Amino acid sequence: MKQAFRRAFTLSLPVMAGYLSLGIAYGILMEDYGYNFIWSGLVSLFVYGGSIQFVALNFLKGGFSLLTIAIMTLLVNSRHIFYGLSLFNAYRPMGKKKPYMIYALSDETFSLLCSYKDQPGLDNNACMFFICLIDHFWWTLGGVLGGLVGSLITFDTTGLDFAMTALFVVIFTEQWLEAKTHIPAIVGILSAIVCLNVFGSDNFLLPTLIVAVCILFLAKTPISVKLREEEGK
Amino acid sequence: MILSASQSFLIFLVIALCTIFTRFLPFIIFGNRDLPLPLQYLGPILPATIMAVLVVYCLKSTAFSAPALWVPQLVSVAVVVLLHLWKRQTMLSIIGGTACYMFLVQVVFA
Repeated sequence: MKQAFRRAFTLSLPVMAGYLSLGIAYGILMEDYGYNFIWSGLVSLFVYGGSIQFVALNFLKGGFSLLTIAIMTLLVNSRHIFYGLSLFNAYRPMGKKKPYMIYALSDETFSLLCSYKDQPGLDNNACMFFICLIDHFWWTLGGVLGGLVGSLITFDTTGLDFAMTALFVVIFTEQWLEAKTHIPAIVGILSAIVCLNVFGSDNFLLPTLIVAVCILFLAKTPISVKLREEEGK
Repeated sequence: MILSASQSFLIFLVIALCTIFTRFLPFIIFGNRDLPLPLQYLGPILPATIMAVLVVYCLKSTAFSAPALWVPQLVSVAVVVLLHLWKRQTMLSIIGGTACYMFLVQVVFA
């Protein structure tokens, strides 16, 4: 158990870096909107969704109905449906741990779990559970710290939210370096750019994912061939 | 705070519930059964597609009508990628790219 925790801690170190800097950025921005560290800490603990928390800052300016907010949240987070599909089989043997591990399936936890490699002689299911728990902890701690720091020092935070973009670019780069085929990544980029221009910047996320999935099905033969070639090496 | 505490609480409650719903949905639909074959094909390749989409999503407000609308984010993304290819340390890549972006929007294109 101890070993599983230690491995989970090591694996989640990059997420700690990202989550502390992003979480602190979030806490500071919340502070700018007049919400102290208790708010940012609790929101980070219970909502636990990086991008939607940043999007939600706009809601705090007022003028949004709860229905609009619900639809926006479902759209922004619709990608989580695809995370669940990707980890569906990996989550099967999780037993009592499963509900929490579904609840805590953030972008970064997903990226760690979908690249998780079993280690012999280790309780790997416990290790994956600890990854969820530790990531969740870092994100919440970041929110609290950001709120506290934000109330102590005041400096121009314009552009601090770029930390989120930077984190996604880092994960994208990591996946690119390790990918057996670049077709899925390229499909994602092109679908997103086309849909951004067709549907506009507010509504393109869901159409993009649907278009991308359709193309992935159409390109099933070349992708499967590539995957098999790489596995044969 | 523009909104009251209870208004804010309601907003965050709705966001939390909707987020939980999207995370549980596949498990609610398929339960303990096996995923249909087409979805089993998607599982391993979808993550790369999703991350690519998320990167574009973060850059969605980029426009080419004025340098201030595209130089800061595209240069900073390049900095993140180059830093990461060089040292492959997440912390360094994120901090370096964010510092570059903040400098560009606060000083160069202020």
